[in-house]
Amino acid sequence: MDGLLQLARENYNLLVVLAGTSLLGIGAGIIGAFAVLRKRALTGDALSHAALPGLCIAFLILRERNLVALLLGALASGVIGIAIISALGRWTRVRGDAAIGTVLTVFFGLGVVLLKIIQNLPGVGSRAGLNSYIFGKTAGMTQADVYVILAAAAACLALIALFYKEFQLVSFDAEFAQALGWPVYGVDLLLMSLVAAAVVIGLPSVGVILVSALLIMPGAAARFWTDRLGTLLLVAGGFGFAMGFTGTLLSARFANLPTGPIIVLTGTAIFGASLLFGWRRGAIARLAEHLRFQRQWHQRQLLQTMYDLLDAGGARKTGVRASELLARRGWTPAQLDRLLNRAAADNLVVQGESIALTPEGAQQAVEIARRQRLWEKFLTEYPDQAGSVNLAGGLLADSVPSDTVAELTSQLVAEGRWPREGATP
Amino acid sequence: MSTAAITGPVRSAPAGSAALTQPLALAAYLVVCGLAGWAALEHLTRPATAGQVRDWGTPLVTIAAAILCNASCAILGCYLVLRRMSLLGDAISHAVLPGIALGFLYSGSLTSPWIFIGALALGMLTSVLAQGVSSLGRVAEDASLGIVFTSLFALGVILINLVPSADLDPDCVLYGDIVNASLDLHSVGGWSISRPLLMLVPALLATVLFVAVLWKELKIVSFDPALAAAMGFNVWLVHYLLMGMVSVVTVASFESVGSVLVVAVLIVPAATAALITERLGWMIAWAVAIGATSAVFGYIAAMWLSTSVAGATAVVAGLQFTAAVFASPKQGLVSRWLRNQALAVRIAAEDVVGRLYRQEETGDRGQATAASGRREPPDISGRWWIAWLANWRLFQRGWVERDRADGLRLTAAGRDAARRLVRAHRLWESYLDTHFDLPRDHLHDAAERTEHYLDPQLQDDLAAELAGRAVDPHGKEIPAP
Repeated sequence: MDGLLQLARENYNLLVVLAGTSLLGIGAGIIGAFAVLRKRALTGDALSHAALPGLCIAFLILRERNLVALLLGALASGVIGIAIISALGRWTRVRGDAAIGTVLTVFFGLGVVLLKIIQNLPGVGSRAGLNSYIFGKTAGMTQADVYVILAAAAACLALIALFYKEFQLVSFDAEFAQALGWPVYGVDLLLMSLVAAAVVIGLPSVGVILVSALLIMPGAAARFWTDRLGTLLLVAGGFGFAMGFTGTLLSARFANLPTGPIIVLTGTAIFGASLLFGWRRGAIARLAEHLRFQRQWHQRQLLQTMYDLLDAGGARKTGVRASELLARRGWTPAQLDRLLNRAAADNLVVQGESIALTPEGAQQAVEIARRQRLWEKFLTEYPDQAGSVNLAGGLLADSVPSDTVAELTSQLVAEGRWPREGATP
Repeated sequence: MSTAAITGPVRSAPAGSAALTQPLALAAYLVVCGLAGWAALEHLTRPATAGQVRDWGTPLVTIAAAILCNASCAILGCYLVLRRMSLLGDAISHAVLPGIALGFLYSGSLTSPWIFIGALALGMLTSVLAQGVSSLGRVAEDASLGIVFTSLFALGVILINLVPSADLDPDCVLYGDIVNASLDLHSVGGWSISRPLLMLVPALLATVLFVAVLWKELKIVSFDPALAAAMGFNVWLVHYLLMGMVSVVTVASFESVGSVLVVAVLIVPAATAALITERLGWMIAWAVAIGATSAVFGYIAAMWLSTSVAGATAVVAGLQFTAAVFASPKQGLVSRWLRNQALAVRIAAEDVVGRLYRQEETGDRGQATAASGRREPPDISGRWWIAWLANWRLFQRGWVERDRADGLRLTAAGRDAARRLVRAHRLWESYLDTHFDLPRDHLHDAAERTEHYLDPQLQDDLAAELAGRAVDPHGKEIPAP
């Protein structure tokens, strides 16, 4: 922190730039989250590449580095690029990916051509500094530039707040929104305009080639942490802030490196960490969830098998042998051992000469056996309905009418196969 | 009843002329571009002052290198476009950058095999990572691709900036520097060979060999991956081999076009070729031709404007793509519009003779005259130019003539044409009436549309199906052919 303060004292401009890129990160993160949800992640990429010729043309006309004019030029050619992509999809049989790839590279090629021409212009070429728009450079940013970024980012956030409900519905279920009579096309258009704005504002600091990462990464990373849109946007904004802030600081530290790649690698680190550790959908959380489910499932199998064996053995049978369990299920002895130890730790079974259920275990076993036998009965009585019920669901009562369940239960009772509490020791 | 009964055997298009069209068009395209390119080059290399020796060497070596580069890229690009993986190609071509940088840092040479190994590894890694992030994190595929390639590219840019720029110029890696590279001669077995050729010739040979050996596998995997998997082809092996080749060719090309714009010569020629032809072999041939002409004119334009060769190549490729979008014989917007107009003209003209024929049949000539004042058919459908052209077509074919009251009258030829049309109309009405449970008043509109598309063969099939039925559902006679 002291180092940071020192840095700020030495360079007031850095603080201003930090404010600018941080706000840019927040705005781009939130807008990008919507774009990712709407599966338009690569639109930003196409847009930013297509923005380069507009930037150059604006410079060629004005012959000076006026940020607002350059960005307006960039916006215009970026939007033209997007329009061409959409027109190609509408009227030709060029597929989406080829259309994006073609427009993106051809516009970018044109941009490079113009860039070299500008560099060769006598007088203005050397001080145009347009090269910094390829990979971004925050060092050269003036205070006035930062105010432009601030104003535009604030406007974008205000628009999102204003149309929050519309964005929410369209990004999760566009068809439903359409059916409700919402102007999905208009909302999409607004979203794309916001993406375009974010891309263009991001150009000076992140650069043409990598600015799309600023849009995609925070939203995609935030998705690992939450299932709720509001939280998602907050987290994405936070991640975008972290990308902009950290990236700018690092690039101030390593002044000879372009800013864009540093910001992107910061984002990569955030995304990688979220992919692994995100507690809603991260890889580790999902693995843990999978293991927990597997353990539960095997424990239920154990209790059910024990109940079946005890039930079949009559009143005198008070416990089962491990060999009997192994004969019923595909467990290895080692697996069964682990399973029994865990069940014993949960106070469901007692392991003595033979394996017996505790009262608690017996209660659970009866419950599981009831469910299982109801399912079996249902599927033998109504095999034709097997396709229409959710077989993965736990309770039959959740899937079929209650009088059917009652009927099946009474049939099981009549056959003497209805598990009774206390019937097993 | 079966549809086979009325469609009969599948009629193939007249094969002879179509088989010749493609090679002739391709040859004409190459000849025109070659002549134009030669003329432009001749102009470009003309010495500024008399007495100077004209330098053909530099442009020709540079152009040769650019053609080799674009050709190998275009061949592989066809498969990327067909497999809808253009953006994976884009991602790979960006993401090999750290591989190039690491290979260079390790070996200190741009021609070292380590650069290829590094890039190959990174290209594979991109493909695996994009797949992995998408399935491990349940991220949408485009988002995961975007994340992976921007990350790797950012890493590459930083690595390249860390190398002292005297050794590896970032601008050269990103936008290519083919002119200077071509001047760098290496001696191989006594021959002086320009450096890019040392990489590009083997790359092109490898590409051609790869496609030739795996022709069948690549084809089936590109057009129907599910079928390929069901037939026991290893779809993933073919996929990774293709991605490996894309990485190798990208690296071999980066000095010529730069790693940012490789994708332009990878995808744009292939996307253009896909608009021109529907056969894989011809698509590859066209893509190579378009890639080559983009190289030639890209170089010429860049020399003329003294700007980036790679950028100009991408722009020339883009212009050719634009031309194909509008003017491609089958798919072009203009060609399709013209075909639609021609069809509209034919239909409008046929409607006129059909109407005149029915008027003759019922003999209500007087009514038509009274209604319009002239014997002009009341409505020629469509816009004014369609009506005008239809009118012109009627007279040009000699189907109608003007009678004394300045109205229209069928000639003998016109009556024949009209009879065929009315026969088609009534046959179709009868067919619909016999085989579909449609109300009588729904038959006419359907037949009004279909009558223009029933060729004589199909009409005979319909007549046979209807077993000599003589009148249509409205009681009108079906004319003999």
